[in-house]
Amino acid sequence: MNHALILPILLPLLTGAGQLLFYRAPFALQRLLGFASTAWLVLMGIWALSTAGSGDYLIYQAGDWPAPFGIVLVLDRLAAIMLALTAILGFCCLLYASSGTDQRGAHFHALFQFQLAGLNGAFLTGDLFNLFVFFEILLIASYALLLHGGGRARSRAGLHYVIINLVGSALFLIALGTLYGLSGTLNMADLALRVAEAPPEDAPLLAAASLILLVVFGIKAAILPLLFWLPRAYSAASAPVAALFAIMTKVGIYAILRIFLLVFGLGETPVSETAWGWLWPLALLTLALGGIGVLGSDSLRTLTAYLVILSVGTLLATISLGTAASLGAALFYLIHSTLMAAVFFLLADLLGQQRETGYDRFSATGPIGHRWIMGTLFFVAAIAMAGLPPFAGFVSKAWILQASLESAQGLWLWGVVLASALLVIIAASRTGSSWFWRPGDMAKPYPLERGPLTLVSIMVGLNGLLAIFGDPVMGYLELTAEQLLAPGGYIAAVLPEAGISLEEVSP
Amino acid sequence: MELLYAITLGVLTTCGVYLLLRARTFTVILGLTLLSHAVNLYLFASGRLVAGAPAIVGLSQRSADPLPQALVLTAIVIGFAMTAFVVVLALKAAVELRNDHVDGENPEEDRA
Repeated sequence: MNHALILPILLPLLTGAGQLLFYRAPFALQRLLGFASTAWLVLMGIWALSTAGSGDYLIYQAGDWPAPFGIVLVLDRLAAIMLALTAILGFCCLLYASSGTDQRGAHFHALFQFQLAGLNGAFLTGDLFNLFVFFEILLIASYALLLHGGGRARSRAGLHYVIINLVGSALFLIALGTLYGLSGTLNMADLALRVAEAPPEDAPLLAAASLILLVVFGIKAAILPLLFWLPRAYSAASAPVAALFAIMTKVGIYAILRIFLLVFGLGETPVSETAWGWLWPLALLTLALGGIGVLGSDSLRTLTAYLVILSVGTLLATISLGTAASLGAALFYLIHSTLMAAVFFLLADLLGQQRETGYDRFSATGPIGHRWIMGTLFFVAAIAMAGLPPFAGFVSKAWILQASLESAQGLWLWGVVLASALLVIIAASRTGSSWFWRPGDMAKPYPLERGPLTLVSIMVGLNGLLAIFGDPVMGYLELTAEQLLAPGGYIAAVLPEAGISLEEVSP
Repeated sequence: MELLYAITLGVLTTCGVYLLLRARTFTVILGLTLLSHAVNLYLFASGRLVAGAPAIVGLSQRSADPLPQALVLTAIVIGFAMTAFVVVLALKAAVELRNDHVDGENPEEDRA
């Protein structure tokens, strides 16, 4: 058995534990350990991408207990993409944090590693209860990271964030108890088979469990009625933490994809149909609200938080169209939007530090230092974010719109996506013109921090690279979508004895 | 036994949800605790309620399902840790914001 698959979980877990044990060691050592672990995770992510790229499933049975009795870790294309994305994002955030944010509170690096361990575990696990455990790991790390740096705003936002997520955990357990009571298993592949074979009298309970799970993942992903914790929490967090949180909503999306395409996706009338029916209108409303929120926000960080909501809406609406093309397009948009949300959170900090008054609030109209450099960076980043050529946002949006043409509902998506893109452009150009397009420089600009500036430029450049290498990336994502829509392969890999026929699902 | 169990669950959940919707952090935390008790009992019941059956195969005629017990144990540990965390956080917020309202500000005090 190849033990490499458990490394993305074990490595940050052990690194974090070590950093806690030796917290008296010089700070540079803590940083170095964090960098070494995260850089190794980036390499693991690339390894995972190339391993899963063959189309095979890599299975790791913890303790060598055969599925469905033990816990399995499963690496497929989707998990590999999420692993690589998390690692790259984590590395960028860690680099940015090393410019000083990590020293504003205790144990930043240990918490960061625990957060990565929880994220990687959630992406890899093939067991529903294990998914709950990893959710809790990543959440408790995120609670502490959110509060990193202290301050009233963070305490207030933290309280809301923690309480709503604790309610979410309780709901998660209720859904798990119901599913276990009905089927007697928690292994996702096994559960998928049992759910498909369930007698019709169990159908209402199964539907209830699936909808409770949708609520839980909806809290994580921030779907419309469950998103009001997000703007305050994300705009209160320190910049590198908020940038890392860009992946947290995507964990919810990942879980929705995994659970509703695999566990509830089989059978003649899949249980997931009810959930998809709910998702489509809610996603469109989320998208619309995101657009309005972007236009109505009072600071660049709040604006970015609404951009996150907007991206969640776009993703879920595209996913619920349910074709292979739309799923691939959604995954491309997922990569792009995660990267750009992180860029904007970092940029808000970078620009805020250069402004004379008001940090990142729009109401303050003081001059800004290093106007040309900052203005150019903001201009390019805003173009990338709004989905204008030549960046990946344009490729992903064009692909989404093209894919949505195949279904009759697609026209709704066209309208909402294009309208909210317009709102984003208006909000970004308003910000840009009020901050940069005014005569007069600051008499004494604050010193320019070259490291963070270069980092953010490189991240925008990565987005450009994603567009340049769009063709191979799209090919990979199309194969990922096909793999997701044929869960028979996953089940056959986890449970070789089950011997089921490969069948396609349609959400 | 089932009826008593179900009523207990119902009462715990009702009280938990009611307290959860209050405006003070202390009652909200009490509500969360009651809710997590209810959830733990519910998880336990997902392995079916049987009396006099040990969770080890072969000791008696019938044996209880050991998995829900393991799940409950995990859930209790996690729930306990989370409650401890949220209590500390609520204290921190109460000290920093000078009140224990969940929104960090008391609308009635402002009006007075």
